[in-house]
Amino acid sequence: MTGGEKRNLIISVLVFLVAALLPLVNNGYWLSIGVSVAMYTVLATSWTLFSGPTNYIALSTAAFFGIGMYIVAAFLDWAPYPVLVLIAGIVGALFAAVIGLATLRIAGVYFVIFTLGLAELVRQIVAWMQHVMGTSSGLYVLISMTDPILYWLLLGLSAIVFLVGWWIGRSRLGFALRIIGNDEVVAEHSGISTARAKVVLFIISSAFASLTGALVAPRWSYVEPTIAFSPFLSFQVVIMALLGGVHRLWGPLLGVIPFTLLWELISANFPAQTTLLLGVAFLLIVYFIPHGVIGLIEDMIRHRHGMLGSVVSTLQRWKSGNA
Amino acid sequence: MQKRVLLTFTAAAAVAGLLGLGAANAQDTVKISVVGPRTGVMASGAAVTHWPGFKLWAHEINARGGLKLKAGQKKVELIEYDDRSMPGETIKAVERLAAQDKVDFIMPVYGTGYNLAVAPIFAKYGYPQVTQAAVTDQIDALTKRYPTLFFVQGSTTSFATSAINVLKNLKDEGKIGNRVAVVNVADAFGIELANAGRPLFKQAGFEIVYDKSYPLGTQDYAPVIKAAKAANPDAFVAWSYPPDTFGLLEQAKIEGLNVKAYYSAVAVAFPAFLGKYGKAAENVLGAGGIQDSPAIRDYYKRHKEVTGVDADYWGSPIYYSFLQVLQQAFEGVGSMDRKAITAYLKKNKFKTIIGEIDIRNQRLDKYWTVGQWQDGFFHAVAGVGFSEYKPVKLKTGW
Repeated sequence: MTGGEKRNLIISVLVFLVAALLPLVNNGYWLSIGVSVAMYTVLATSWTLFSGPTNYIALSTAAFFGIGMYIVAAFLDWAPYPVLVLIAGIVGALFAAVIGLATLRIAGVYFVIFTLGLAELVRQIVAWMQHVMGTSSGLYVLISMTDPILYWLLLGLSAIVFLVGWWIGRSRLGFALRIIGNDEVVAEHSGISTARAKVVLFIISSAFASLTGALVAPRWSYVEPTIAFSPFLSFQVVIMALLGGVHRLWGPLLGVIPFTLLWELISANFPAQTTLLLGVAFLLIVYFIPHGVIGLIEDMIRHRHGMLGSVVSTLQRWKSGNA
Repeated sequence: MQKRVLLTFTAAAAVAGLLGLGAANAQDTVKISVVGPRTGVMASGAAVTHWPGFKLWAHEINARGGLKLKAGQKKVELIEYDDRSMPGETIKAVERLAAQDKVDFIMPVYGTGYNLAVAPIFAKYGYPQVTQAAVTDQIDALTKRYPTLFFVQGSTTSFATSAINVLKNLKDEGKIGNRVAVVNVADAFGIELANAGRPLFKQAGFEIVYDKSYPLGTQDYAPVIKAAKAANPDAFVAWSYPPDTFGLLEQAKIEGLNVKAYYSAVAVAFPAFLGKYGKAAENVLGAGGIQDSPAIRDYYKRHKEVTGVDADYWGSPIYYSFLQVLQQAFEGVGSMDRKAITAYLKKNKFKTIIGEIDIRNQRLDKYWTVGQWQDGFFHAVAGVGFSEYKPVKLKTGW
């Protein structure tokens, strides 16, 4: 471990410890924001593990999140909750393996469309199974899960995501993925099993989404297909990750926090125009910080010319790129 | 270049200025928050039932000078928040309103899942949650768990039971035979009703001559209706959702499905149903229904005048009735003390446009389950807890 890595590790541990203190400081509003941030941190960071290096935009988060929720809701009478959370992760991983093997040979927009349809496909399968088994469509998850506990669990899960991401970044697998992201043909010619590398990453990324769904289920109390498999979730995760930046492990975090706070600010102050203003905000973001928050920060560090200068240089880059 | 940067900062400053404005609030109003879906999958239903109900209620209270509280008359200031049909957002919005904004009152949200997701928060902060739009078969367990939670809709099974009872009565009176064709949409409520209905039809002495489900979003209902017609049924029952309720009836008209009783579940109670089918809607049975009275007729007139849309014959009057209940509770307590309001709801009976209401047991003691279009009004022909219902008429062609 180099000096720089040691320093980063110490900083990360400190950040997590400080974050873990939140429930002791505030047990109401800010904690509910914290739960939201922690949940999206896990989802966006694990999304980036796969989509960041490979450039495959996956819109399947909702599908795996929903699977996790349903595993908990459907089998709560038969097994203890912690066991179900683990099973949810395993089922999510198995499902991702099947999906990955079948689809990761397709690329570009075809893959995006397929993953978008995946949540709907799983939703229909769940509805069909309920129809066949004759169970009711809404399932209750009536176990008590207080906000502090949920927050700590999600925080712990995000720590695991970061550790896994850090490990991947150092491993041969991470190296292979970066080559795939740059040029898949070159990667294949260099003897990299591109399909295998992509499937492994897809499995890891999806399993985390299922685990998150399983953890959040008791907080939502009631699970039905339209709630569990909402396509908006997938889009939100992608937007947050892209806003932060996908080239570094902690990039999505820089998207999740400002996005959640911005959303909160807009919906609290402009309840009737939330969606409109959010659209405007998103346009401005794409226009002025196309490389994400992380791009802005790195630019700032590189050129040492402050926030305003970064925006200016981003504009210059944007202009010359279009000229 | 400099100009563009300047422009950005001007825009940012303008936004910041607007944010500041939101903080100003008058002292002589009662702030009541409504959270619900403006966008997303639940938005279309909420646009009919959820939002207009609150609008009419607040309009009428303010028109007569405000809520009569101990500290004097206070006007109602309604603040609406969009939860985008995502439970996570509903939770955040309610938590913010309760813990951060400390609003005077929070109205129940829209949809079963969303109401259950925020039930712990309502309970934690002691706000009573009179859920107008939540249907569940777990009323006992849930009300025990959350002392602030009230249910005012019937259970899923009660809708199936009542519809089948209506047909059974017709059969026992010798008005229809025992052959029934049953179809259902393969989604949530449709599946539940179909599963609950099958054994009940058999118990009631019916022969199910056709039993088929179709996927949500089906466009062509000709095969379903043709096959149902070929089975030569006396009654037709569809455990259906809004789009298919319309599609099935359209096709039944075209094919000339001449049954003596035609039932379709969700959306027959919508004003758009009568608007679209006019005379063909006559004597069609469906979920919901309202007992006719001068007070109700007046309510429909006011609803149209104030909100610009027609109220439905299922959720809308129930919504309004429970806003009347809350208003009486606010004024009975004389302040917005939410713990006292919850206690008041558990102790008193209330007078509303649908009659005297009792939710002392955290649930409504009586409600309507089956309605029938007769002369442009969707009359209640069956329910739970009432002594009298409008007699059912037979369907005589389209």
